[in-house]
Amino acid sequence: MEIIATRPKSLTKAQFTYCPGCTHGISHRLIAEAMDELGMRNKTMGVCPVGCSVLAYNFFDCDMAEAAHGRAPALATGMKRARPDMHVFTYQGDGDLLAIGTAEIVHAANRGEHFSVFFVNNAIYGMTGGQMAPTTLPGMKTTTSPYGRDEKDIGYPIRACELLATLEAPYYIERVSLLSPQHVIKAKKAVYKALKFNKEERGFTFIEFVSTCPTNWGFEPMKAFEWAKENMLPFFKLGVFKDKSIEEEGK
Amino acid sequence: MADKVLMKGNEAIAEAALRAGCRLYFAYPITPQSELIEYMSKMMPKVGGTFVQSESEIAAINMVYGASGCGKRVMTSSSSPGISLKQEGISYISGASLPAVVVNVVRGGPGLGDIQPAQGDYYQATRGGGHGDYRNIVLAPSTVQEFADMAPLAFDLADKYRIVVLILSDGLIGQMMEPVEFQPAKTEEEIEKLGKQHESWCMHPNEDEPNHHHHIINSLELDPNVLSDLVLNLEKKYIEIEKTEIRFEEYNISPDNEILCVAYGTAARITKSAIEELKKEGKSIGLIRPITLWPFPTEAIKQAFNQNVKKILTLELNLGQMIDDVRLAIEGKVPVDFIGRVGGLVFSPEEVKTKIEEIL
Repeated sequence: MEIIATRPKSLTKAQFTYCPGCTHGISHRLIAEAMDELGMRNKTMGVCPVGCSVLAYNFFDCDMAEAAHGRAPALATGMKRARPDMHVFTYQGDGDLLAIGTAEIVHAANRGEHFSVFFVNNAIYGMTGGQMAPTTLPGMKTTTSPYGRDEKDIGYPIRACELLATLEAPYYIERVSLLSPQHVIKAKKAVYKALKFNKEERGFTFIEFVSTCPTNWGFEPMKAFEWAKENMLPFFKLGVFKDKSIEEEGK
Repeated sequence: MADKVLMKGNEAIAEAALRAGCRLYFAYPITPQSELIEYMSKMMPKVGGTFVQSESEIAAINMVYGASGCGKRVMTSSSSPGISLKQEGISYISGASLPAVVVNVVRGGPGLGDIQPAQGDYYQATRGGGHGDYRNIVLAPSTVQEFADMAPLAFDLADKYRIVVLILSDGLIGQMMEPVEFQPAKTEEEIEKLGKQHESWCMHPNEDEPNHHHHIINSLELDPNVLSDLVLNLEKKYIEIEKTEIRFEEYNISPDNEILCVAYGTAARITKSAIEELKKEGKSIGLIRPITLWPFPTEAIKQAFNQNVKKILTLELNLGQMIDDVRLAIEGKVPVDFIGRVGGLVFSPEEVKTKIEEIL
C-alpha cells in the first residue's frame, strides 16, 4: 500500500490541544509540511506566543523558544542575529501581535529582519476565554465587549497586512484563510513561499491566516467557518500585499 | 603590561564587554548611559558583532532573551526607568535559566526622576525586580577600573550559573573619566569555545534522525508539581552562589574600629575619603564595601563587628534600602545609623565625617 499522506516530520507525535473546529492544527501542519519540503527542520528555530498556541513548542519538532506576550519578533530578532546560519519563524495570535506586541512586529518588519511571521487572526482572545481582540469586528460580542464592539468608542479592527505593507523593508506579505479546502491549498502555497524566501535569506516574510474560534464565538465548527467567510473575509481581504520577488525575478 | 587609557565608565564597560567576548548587544538610548550604546554602535561592527538599537527597552531585553537562548554572550544596558521596562524579560530569562548581562547606570527616581547618580534601585536589583521567585547576581563597581573589570566577571558568572548578572553602576561611575587598564581581548576561537559550553541546552543546528532532539527555551510549566521542582532547582543554584560568589572589600577594618560603615559604589568612595580624614584625628572607622549586592556579604559584616564597635553606619544614595540587609546581618545587636541623599544628590566627605563624629 502506498502512503500518500502522513504526519510531517516537522511535527512531533504530541496530540494537539486545540478545540474542535479550531484552525491552529491546519496552520501548524502547513508550516510543518513546508519545512519538510524545504529540508529546513534541523536548522530552524520557532518562537511561540502567549495565547492558545502557547504550547506549540510541544508540536513543532524543531528548536523552539517561548516568548512573553507580544515579544516573539524581538526574540526572533535576537535568535536570528545570534545564529544567522539558522532559519527563524514566529507564530502569533491577534492579541499577541496587534495589541501588546504592536511595537515589536512593526519594528521587526521595518528592520526587514530575516524571519517569517505566521499570524493567526481569529478576531478574539482564545486562551483567556473570549475577550475582545484588536481584530474583533464592529458589533461583535465578546466577554469584554458584551454589547458588541463599538467602533466609535474603541476603534475599528486593525488590518496587519495592510499596515505592514506600508513599510519599505518587508519582502513578502500575504493574507490567506483556512476556511475551505480551496483556501487551505492557497494557504499552503503562501506558507511554502514565505519559508522558501526565508531559507533563501531574502528578508521579512509575513503570512496572516484568517482563522476560526468556534468555542469563543459560540458556534458549532461548521457554522464558525460559514460565519468567518461571511463576516471576516469582507473586512480582512485575502491577497498578496507585498512581494518583492516579482520585481526581483521580473515575473 | 597594557597601557592605561583615560575613559568614561560607560565607554570602559562597553570596551571591556567586547574584550570579554560579547558579540551581541541590544539597547535603547537613555541618559546617563548613552555613551555605552554609542560606543557599542561604533565598535561592535569592527569586531564583526551585532548591534541593534531596539524600539524599546522591552524589545531589547527580549532580543537578549532570544540571543541568549542560542548560547551567545549577549548584553543590554540602560538606566533606571529603562531597567524597570526590562524586568519582564529579566524574569523570563531567569525562569528559562539563561545567561545574560545587564548594566544599570542608575539615576535619580522614582518615575522619570533626574539624570544624576543615585542608588534608589537597590531593592529592585537585589530582590529580583520582576515577577516571580528568582535572583540576579548583582555587581556594584566603585571605580571606572572596577566597572570595566566587572564585564569579564559578569559574563563568566552568567555562563557558569546560567543566570542574569546585573552590574549596578550609577550616573557618576558611568560619566566620570578615570584611567583604565583592560584585560586582553578574547580571540574569536576563545569566544567560539565559550559558546560551545552551552550546546547541551541551547538552540543550534540539530543532527538528523535517529538521535534527533530539539531544544526548547521556556519558562512555562502548567503542572504545579513540575514548576515547583523547577523553582526549587533555581533555589539550589542560588544557595550555591551564596556559598561561593560573595565579594566585598574590607577598608581599614581592625579590632579598634569604633564605627563600622557599610556602603557600596559611589557612596563607598566618599566614605573612604571621610575615613582617611578621621584617621588623621586618631579615630578608627572601618568600612565593608559589598561588591556583590546579591549575594550579600552578611558574614563579612558579622565578622567585622567586634566588641569595640559602638554603631553601624550605612551610607546610601537613597532613603535607606541596603540598610535592611545590614540590619539582617547584625541581628539587632547594635543600632544601625544611616546617612542618605536622594534626588541625585551626593553627600560630601565632610558631611560623612561630621555625621560619624556626631554618633561616635
